[in-house]
Order: sequence, then structure tokens, then C-alpha cells
Amino acid sequence: MATDTRVILICSGKGGVGKTTLTANLGISLARQGLTTAVLDADFGLRNLDLLLGLENRIVYTAQEVLEEECRLDQALVKHKQESNLSLLPAGNPRMLDWLKPDDMKRIVDMLKEQFNYVLIDCPAGVEDGFKNAMAASQEAIVVTNPEVSAVRDADRVIGLLNTNSIKPVQLVLNRVRPKMMANQEMLSIDDVTDILALPLLGLVLEDEQVIVSTNRGEPLTLNSVNSPAAKCYLNIAKRLQGEDIPLIDPAEEISGFGAKFRRLMQTKIF
Amino acid sequence: MAMTLRDIINKLLRRQPASASTARERLQLVLAHDRSDLSTELLDQMRKEILEVVAKYVEIDVDEGAVSLETEDRMTALVANLPIKRTMTGQIQLKEPKNQSEVDSPETEGTDQKS
Repeated sequence: MATDTRVILICSGKGGVGKTTLTANLGISLARQGLTTAVLDADFGLRNLDLLLGLENRIVYTAQEVLEEECRLDQALVKHKQESNLSLLPAGNPRMLDWLKPDDMKRIVDMLKEQFNYVLIDCPAGVEDGFKNAMAASQEAIVVTNPEVSAVRDADRVIGLLNTNSIKPVQLVLNRVRPKMMANQEMLSIDDVTDILALPLLGLVLEDEQVIVSTNRGEPLTLNSVNSPAAKCYLNIAKRLQGEDIPLIDPAEEISGFGAKFRRLMQTKIF
Repeated sequence: MAMTLRDIINKLLRRQPASASTARERLQLVLAHDRSDLSTELLDQMRKEILEVVAKYVEIDVDEGAVSLETEDRMTALVANLPIKRTMTGQIQLKEPKNQSEVDSPETEGTDQKS
């Protein structure tokens, strides 16, 4: 039985910024470090975490059946094929909308806390009931955003709600960073986003085509493609969660070739 | 406002500024409003009333006056910048000549409004 289970909400407000991909990759990375990890898909209306982990055909029960005492928790947990420290629990069945309440989420998370080091909750998009359910069961949060105005605005809204509900710490992951666009100042910089949202940066994730390839296969990057740019970023985030002091990557260093030095010069702050 | 070498070159060539700075400015403005739940109409009304109150005590340049919401570190502040007209002797023009000694600067008056 794990004693100091960390229950982390992974949320963003806006959809499509990379919550589920982050949840899957953090789950794999933490499991690889020998930590028992449960990933809870709180988005039961439109669940996708099973698909990213390649476990879509192995779901029999969900948290709903556990709470209704139709099955035991260990029957509903889907253990990952390659990473036995990682288990998936879908919150519910897509056909049973509006069933879960905040207290149900708390009960299921309390059960997971009995046997896991980490519980990662993949939060649905939006700031409505799905988000509130997921937040009710969480202690701390990771807010995922992209360097885009709409994603940052929605993240700000979510951070406000997390603050009023005393969720802490709240840390930021800046996803889909494109170093070239940042260097050309055609994308909000790391500092822009952290200044505006006033959150500590847990990590940034570089834009990486391999993410799409990995979702096609149902194998998170951190499982088999550990050398891809995004996989390294996810691994770093997992290590920082564990308290390791891993320096942040500098997007400017990621640009190679002739233009890199020139772009850096153009970014020089004059006043 | 921070300026980079690229910004300066763009300015010299009269090119559009790189879009990141536009994004930053638009975000800061929209977030100040999102965070305060104040509509533009309410803010306008408040601005009018603040100007009226201040105008009771000192002569201000109404056209130059600005009341806006600014945000830093998740703290939103109501910032009023009201230029006060001076007399020939360089003194601030006081309409009612007592108890107004704290209004001795034509600079920004900042008031914490909401966090």
C-alpha cells in the first residue's frame, strides 16, 4: 500500500492542447521509474486515453461499475502490456452521461490511493461539470497550454478556478513549442506565457511529428521512441515531478543550421 | 515594453511587427477583463464617475485622462492616469484649497481592485 500518493489533475480548459498525450506519457515515464501509477480518464463522454495507450480493446469495466459494486477495482483496472506499473481506469461508459458526481470521483480516487504512488487524472476540456468532478478528487494540478492566445486565455480561466478551490501546487506545461517560430517572434515566448499565467514552469514540450505516429500505433513516445524530441521532454517532466533538478531546454538551442545564430541575434532585447 | 532588435528593424522598414508582441498585448488586455468580470460598459461608467469625483477637487485634463485595468502576477489593478493641470506658478490647481495635499503628483494613481 502506497502512503503518500500524489493525485494530480491534468487540465487545460481548451481541448486539443495535449492533456491526454501528456497523461499517457507521464504515466509511462513514472511507471518506468518504478512508481506504481494509475491514469484515470475523467473524460468519460469522449474518452481517448485508452486509445493513446493502446488499451482500447481491453476495457471491460469502468469506475462506474466499481462504485455500483458490480465488480472489484482490480477487475476494472487495465494493466499496461509492457509497463506493468501502469494501470488505466476509465471513469465511465460513454453511454452513461451525467452519472458521476464530485463525491463519486473522490471515492474512486480514494480507492486508487490505496495501491498507487501516483494517480494522474486526465481532465475533460471545458470548465463545466466534468472539470469540476475531476478537480474535486485532486490535490495538485498540471495546467497544459500551447503558446497560442486561445489556449493561454482558457488556461488562465482554469488557473483561476484551481486557485479558488485551493488546489496546489499548480504547475505549467507548455506544449507544442516551435523553436523556429519563437525565434522569429511569431509565437508567444516561454517568458510571455509564464509571465502572463504566473505559474512555475514544470516543463516544455517541443512540437514533434512523432506524437502523431505514436498515437496511430497506440504506443506513447516514452515507451518505444525515447530519443524523439517530445519524448525527452516528457521524461524530463516526469523526473522533475519526482524532485530531480533537470534544467529546462532552451528552444533557441534546438534550432540547428545556418539561421540559428542570426535568429538569436535578432531576439536580443535592446530596451 | 521590451523591444528586440527585430522589432526595431521592423519599425525602421515600416513592416508589421512580429505577431508575438501583438499576441502578448491582446492577451494582457483580454485577461484583465476576464479576471475582473467587468464589462466595457461598466468600466466606461466607472471611468466617467471617477473623473467626475476627481474633477470636484482638482482641475484635470479630461481628454487625456485614462482609467484602465492592468494585470501583473495574477493581480489586477485599476489604474487611473489623470493629468492634473497646473497653475502659472507650477502649483496644482486646487478648487477647494484644503486637505488635498496628498494629491501632489500628476502621476499615476494605482488602486488594488481585485486579485
